[in-house]
Amino acid sequence: MDQLIPRLPFAEWIDRGIDWLVTTFGTLFDGIAELLEGIVEGSVDLLDMVPSILLAVLFALLAWAISTRKIALFSLIGLLFIDYLGYWYPMLQMLALVLTSVFFAIAIGIPIGIWSSQKSGVRKIVNPILDLMQTMPAFVYLLPAIFFFNIGVVPGVVASVIFAMPPTIRLTMLGIQQVPNDLIEATEAFGSTSWQRLSKIQIPLAKPTIMAGVNQSIMLSLSMVVIASMVGAPGLGEEVYRSVTQLKTGEGFETGLSIVIVAIILDRITQHAGKNKKGGKLT
Amino acid sequence: MNEEINKKKIEVIDATKIFGKNSKRAAQLLKESMSKKDILKATGATVGVNNATFDVYEGEIFVIMGLSGSGKSTLVRLLNRLIEPTLGRILLDGEDIVQMSKEQLREVRRKKIGMVFQNFALFPHKTIIENTEYGLEIQGVPRNDRSAKAQESLKLVGLAGYEEQYPSQLSGGMQQRVGLARALANDPDILLMDEAFSALDPLIRKDMQNELLQLHNDMGKTIIFITHDLDEALRIGDRIALMKDGEIVQIGTPEEILMSPSNEYVERFVEDVDLSKVLTAGHIMKKADTVKIDRGPRVALRLMKQLGISSIYVVDKSNRLLGAVTAQDALQATESDQSLEKVLTTNLPMVSPDTVLTELFDIVSTAVVPVAVISEDQKLQGIIIRGALIGALSGDNQFINSDGTIDSMNQTSTEVI
Repeated sequence: MDQLIPRLPFAEWIDRGIDWLVTTFGTLFDGIAELLEGIVEGSVDLLDMVPSILLAVLFALLAWAISTRKIALFSLIGLLFIDYLGYWYPMLQMLALVLTSVFFAIAIGIPIGIWSSQKSGVRKIVNPILDLMQTMPAFVYLLPAIFFFNIGVVPGVVASVIFAMPPTIRLTMLGIQQVPNDLIEATEAFGSTSWQRLSKIQIPLAKPTIMAGVNQSIMLSLSMVVIASMVGAPGLGEEVYRSVTQLKTGEGFETGLSIVIVAIILDRITQHAGKNKKGGKLT
Repeated sequence: MNEEINKKKIEVIDATKIFGKNSKRAAQLLKESMSKKDILKATGATVGVNNATFDVYEGEIFVIMGLSGSGKSTLVRLLNRLIEPTLGRILLDGEDIVQMSKEQLREVRRKKIGMVFQNFALFPHKTIIENTEYGLEIQGVPRNDRSAKAQESLKLVGLAGYEEQYPSQLSGGMQQRVGLARALANDPDILLMDEAFSALDPLIRKDMQNELLQLHNDMGKTIIFITHDLDEALRIGDRIALMKDGEIVQIGTPEEILMSPSNEYVERFVEDVDLSKVLTAGHIMKKADTVKIDRGPRVALRLMKQLGISSIYVVDKSNRLLGAVTAQDALQATESDQSLEKVLTTNLPMVSPDTVLTELFDIVSTAVVPVAVISEDQKLQGIIIRGALIGALSGDNQFINSDGTIDSMNQTSTEVI
C-alpha cells in the first residue's frame, strides 16, 4: 500500500551532498588523508625503531614521573606481557592510531571548548552538534569517511577523532564555567582583559577538569580501534576483529587483554597528569 | 568624622539597576513610582538598585549598610561597573564611568579602584605573593617592580614571610589580609570592600576593623565599605548610607543615623544598638562651671554659692584644667587668706571626649566630683554627671549633644562681674 504522504528523500540528499563534497573538495581530502597517514605511519616507524624492552622501560619511567611507582611497574610488566604474546607491532600500530586521533581531538576540542565557554551563542550551536557526535552510531560516519579518505588507517583516525572529541569539548567548557564567580569578579575588578582572565585564571583552574576530558577522549578513541579496523585500520583492533570473524576465542582474549592493558596504562597516566601537584585547589 | 569640606571623589546620580529582560519597561514603571513588588509582577524584572544618589568625599570611609537583598552589593558593583547600571550616572573624579569605553574602564579598574571581596576571592592556584601582585602583573609591570610592591603591601597588612604559601594554607583572617594587600598593591585611590569582614569570626573581625582604620589613617584612601552589620558600620563609618529594597533610606554620620532616624525602618534598625558602645563622653558632657585661678578663693566661693554647687573646676587663662576646689576648702582659704593654688585638688577623674560610655561607668561611679572631659591639650571641654549618663543610655535625646560637642560653649560664661 502506498503511503499517503510521499517518503522524504532525506537519504538521497545526504548522498548527493557527500558526492558533491567529494568531487569539490577531493584534493583537500586527499591532502588530509596523506597527512594523517604520514603521521600515523611515521609514529609507528619511530616507535618500532626502539627495541621493545627499551620502549617498555621508557614507558614505565614516564609513568613513574607522572604518576606512581605502582603504575610504572604495571606498565613495564603489562607491555612486556604484550611483547611476549607476540602483539608488539599491532600494539604499536594501535597506539599510533589512538595517539594521533587524541592529538587531533585535543587540538580541535580544547579551543572549541574554550570558545564556547565564553560565548553562549557558540554554546547553543556546539551543544547539539556534540549530542549528535556522541549518539550517532560510529559506523554511520565511518561510511562517508571511506568516501572521503578511502579505506585504511585514515578513516579510522577521522572516525576516532569525531567520536573522541566531545568529552574534551564538554569538560573544557564545564571546567571553565565552574570557576567560581567571585574569582571572575576579582580578575575583572583588577582590570584584566578577557585573554588575561582566561589564560591566568580560568584555564589554570579548569586544568583538572580539562584533563579528565582528555582522559575520556583517550578511552573513547581506544574503544574505536576495533570499529576502525573494519575499514582497514591496522593494529590490535584488526587482530581482535579477525579472531572474532574466525571464531578464535583464545586469540580474541589475548588481543582483547592487550587492549585492556594499554587502556589501563594510558588511563592511569593521564588521570595523574590532571591532578594539581601544587597546593592550589578550589575550595 | 570631622566636618571639613572635602573634594567629591565619587558622585552617584540616580543610579538604577534593573535585572531581567524587561528592564526598559520596568524602568518606565519605576519612574511612575510603582513599587518593586508590582514591577516584578508586571514585567518579571527585579529592581536591584533604585535611584541611588550620593556623594563620596575624598578620604572618607563611606559605609553602605543594609540587610541581605537590600541591593548594597549590587550598588557597590555599579561603581566599577562589574554590574552595568541600567540608568544613571556615576562620576569618578568628575568623569562619568558609565560612558567609558572598555579600555578606559579597564584603566580605571587598574589604577583607581581596588576591590576586596566577602569570600576573599583569592586565586587558589597562585601563591600569596602571586595573588598580591596580580593587579600589577596584568598591567605588565616588570617582575621585580611588582614583586617589590607586593612585598610592601603584604608587609602593610602584617603578612611578610607568607609569600610562598598558598591561600588554602592560611586562616580566613589571613586570607582576607591577602585580599586587602592585593587591592592595596595597585595603590588605588578608592577601595571597594564588599562585606570584607563578614566571613570572619567576631574577634578577628574587630582586629581587622582596627587595622583598616589604622591603614585608612596612614594612607588616606577613600573607602566604600559594604556591611550588613550595624555595629561594624557605626564603628568604622565616617558616613553611613542605609539601604532597603534597593533604595537609600538615609545617609548620615553614625550619630545622625542613631539620633535622628529618618523613618520607621531606620528606627527599627537602630533600636537594638548598644548605645553605650556608640555614644562618647563628648555626647553626654555638660557645660562646666569654672573659675580662673587668679580670681582667688573668694570669687570661687561666691560662684559656688550662686550656682548652688559644692565644688568648682579651676582653670588657667587658656581654659586648661588645673584642678578643682570644694566649697569647704575655698572657705578655709578665704579665712586663712591663702591663694587658690594651695587648696587645689589635682587628682581629678579625667577622660577624653571620644571615650565611649562603657568605659565611663567605672570612673563615673567612683568619682566624688563630676568627671572632667578634657581635650588633648588639657583644655576643659565639659563635665559628666551621673544623671546625664543614665539619661543618655535610656535613649533620651535631651541628654545627648548631637554632634559630640557642647553647642555655643562659652568659656567665660560663669565669670563673675
